[in-house]
Amino acid sequence: MADVTAPPLREFPVPPALVPDAMAGSKPYVATDKMQEAIGFPGALVEDWHDKAIAKMGELVGKYRSLRVYLDACVHCGACSDKCHYFLGTGDPKNMPVARQDLMRGVYRRHFTLPGKLFPKLVGARDLTRDLLDDWYKYYNQCSECRRCSVFCPYGIDTAEVTMAAKEILDSVGYGQKYTNEIIGKVHKIGNNLGLPGPALEDTLLGLEEDVLEETGADVKFPLDQKGAEVLLITPSADFFAEPHVDSLIGYAKVFHAAGISWTLSTHASEAGNFGLFIGNYEQMRTIALRIREAALELGVKRIVVGECGHAWRVAYSFWNTLAGIGSGGDDPFARMLQSQLDHNHRQPTHICELTWDLVRKGALVLDKEANDHRVVTFHDSCNVARASRMGDEPGGQFEIPRALVRAVANRYVEMRPGTTHEATFCCGGGGGLLTDELLDLRVKGALPRMESLREVADLHGVNFMATICAICKAQFTKVLPYYGFNRNMVGGVHQLVSTAIRLGAKR
Amino acid sequence: MSAVLAGLFYAAAAVLVAGVAWRIRQYAGTPAPLKIPTTPAPTTTGGVALRMAREVVLFESLFKASLWTWLFGWTFHAGLALVLARHLRYFTDPVWGWVAFIQPFGVYAGFAMAAGLAGLWARRFLVDRVRYISTPSDHLMLALLLAIAATGLAMKYLAHTDVVAVKSFFLGLLVFQVRELPADPVLALHLGLVSALMLVFPFSKLLHAPGLFFSPGRNQVDNPRESRHLAEWAARLESK
Repeated sequence: MADVTAPPLREFPVPPALVPDAMAGSKPYVATDKMQEAIGFPGALVEDWHDKAIAKMGELVGKYRSLRVYLDACVHCGACSDKCHYFLGTGDPKNMPVARQDLMRGVYRRHFTLPGKLFPKLVGARDLTRDLLDDWYKYYNQCSECRRCSVFCPYGIDTAEVTMAAKEILDSVGYGQKYTNEIIGKVHKIGNNLGLPGPALEDTLLGLEEDVLEETGADVKFPLDQKGAEVLLITPSADFFAEPHVDSLIGYAKVFHAAGISWTLSTHASEAGNFGLFIGNYEQMRTIALRIREAALELGVKRIVVGECGHAWRVAYSFWNTLAGIGSGGDDPFARMLQSQLDHNHRQPTHICELTWDLVRKGALVLDKEANDHRVVTFHDSCNVARASRMGDEPGGQFEIPRALVRAVANRYVEMRPGTTHEATFCCGGGGGLLTDELLDLRVKGALPRMESLREVADLHGVNFMATICAICKAQFTKVLPYYGFNRNMVGGVHQLVSTAIRLGAKR
Repeated sequence: MSAVLAGLFYAAAAVLVAGVAWRIRQYAGTPAPLKIPTTPAPTTTGGVALRMAREVVLFESLFKASLWTWLFGWTFHAGLALVLARHLRYFTDPVWGWVAFIQPFGVYAGFAMAAGLAGLWARRFLVDRVRYISTPSDHLMLALLLAIAATGLAMKYLAHTDVVAVKSFFLGLLVFQVRELPADPVLALHLGLVSALMLVFPFSKLLHAPGLFFSPGRNQVDNPRESRHLAEWAARLESK
């Protein structure tokens, strides 16, 4: 593995000078033929990759208005050029969102626009050479699809859409990325991203029940495959055993217990994550989402609730209704089949923070805020929650509800610097299918802007806990915090805080 | 000369209208299978119209991104809009009231337009990030627009052209008559450059203008939980 180095924190947040090819050596492992074939992609780079790639690009600009408009509309104004955390952390010009897009836009212009066919040099049109294909592989795997650039683009051009299209093209010519594609294989085969089989899951949950009983004296259950439960909880599989994720799972369970809501997990759909999103593949994303539909129908639940996971909440909130009919307002037989079973007095699907916040507002939970007094808390908005979803009924509820919840369970709360939170939040540096060890150097560098604002509140206000509602954020920060001199245990879930504060009946 | 420019204008107008219509049809006809508004996004169609209006009129997102780029970009576009409106006097007889009203402002707008363009162009040389992403066509486009502004201002301040004859020429074009245009090289250059701009419009980054209205990141309503959004090709997967 290449050297992993954290860049120095900047005193003033000015954009870095360009360092061409600074990250030209950053490249994730390529998926093996078995991993590729398991999910329907060619095993290795096909012989006619050039023509196949161009044909795929043509297909995608015909299927996605976003891609077609975004490839046409850019005027190279540079508004996005200093917005990407990977650019800020590396200085590599190809990590400027516009330059990253141009790796594909050049090829689009060459093959799909008149001036690009006639005067390629003039308009920056390029042939798709093997070198350029490798650049695609390297630099589209240095985009976490966080959409921060899209907030600032005067046309709303979303690099994530271009990155997803690039990954879709790369997969279709047999040049897939190991980490994401292997995980997609696992979710199909075993039911979750971590490859945790049903019996192991059952065992883990029983262990958690014992732990919570010992700690609180309350008989909090972690039900699995319980038919007739009211709520089906879909949560990232990291919640089952990774630290600090599991503490949030315990938090959800305590909330359900305290509110007397019957709930269940599902072995068939023991994963909220949907890496089909990261590779821009609609069919994969749909097939993965259908597991949740199937589980909901099988278990006969009335509500579907999603745990703390950023991209999963994007897929659940924005896409589940489309992909799997999980939502409201569907008037076709496919959607009605499930939606007639669901209770539409509740939002479908519901984020766990929405559920808990509603209970807090109704006074249904007994909370001891002082239990969190050893913590000075800040909140890291996760990119997919912040810029690609909502909570509650008002725009911006995705910012307000988790914060309200944190303030309801902790006395000491501090915001990080404006411009690094809410819709302008910085990605943790590990999203979009980049949470893999061989990309650690990139991940550490990409965390720079977040680490700078965390350092600020840590020094000024003594912040010692950064709450977040994303499994990837949690895993990423746990790994990269030490590179910036922080304690790895500083990061945790919002429901970890809830778990600390909540008082269960049995103990009173 | 008049006949050449008349022909050029007809051709350029045809290409502009047909070209942009074709692109708009292409954008409108391409499905948007997923709900991807950049959130927080409006939850109603009216809200989306307001968001779009703020983008079109105020360049809201660009304002958040970079004050300099916003200042130059907005000044240029606002100037251009006024200048274009001012030019309606060459195509209307009698001149519409509001067009007559804005005439004095339109002159300043010409300078604002040129100043904005100069600022935008300076960025392409002075900001290393913007220099890196600039292609020759980015420079040419600015040169073209600046030359149009400069020739226009030159005819106003340096060497007046016979605007009455110009108006007669354009009114003639509207009724398919080629009338005599003043033999003024600056005027010929101005008109030639304008037709060049019209010709490249549907094939260049000038498509950002219609493109914005079709940007799913900005034009979608944030209501995926409340109503089911399904593209035709995606719906076909369900019947498999």
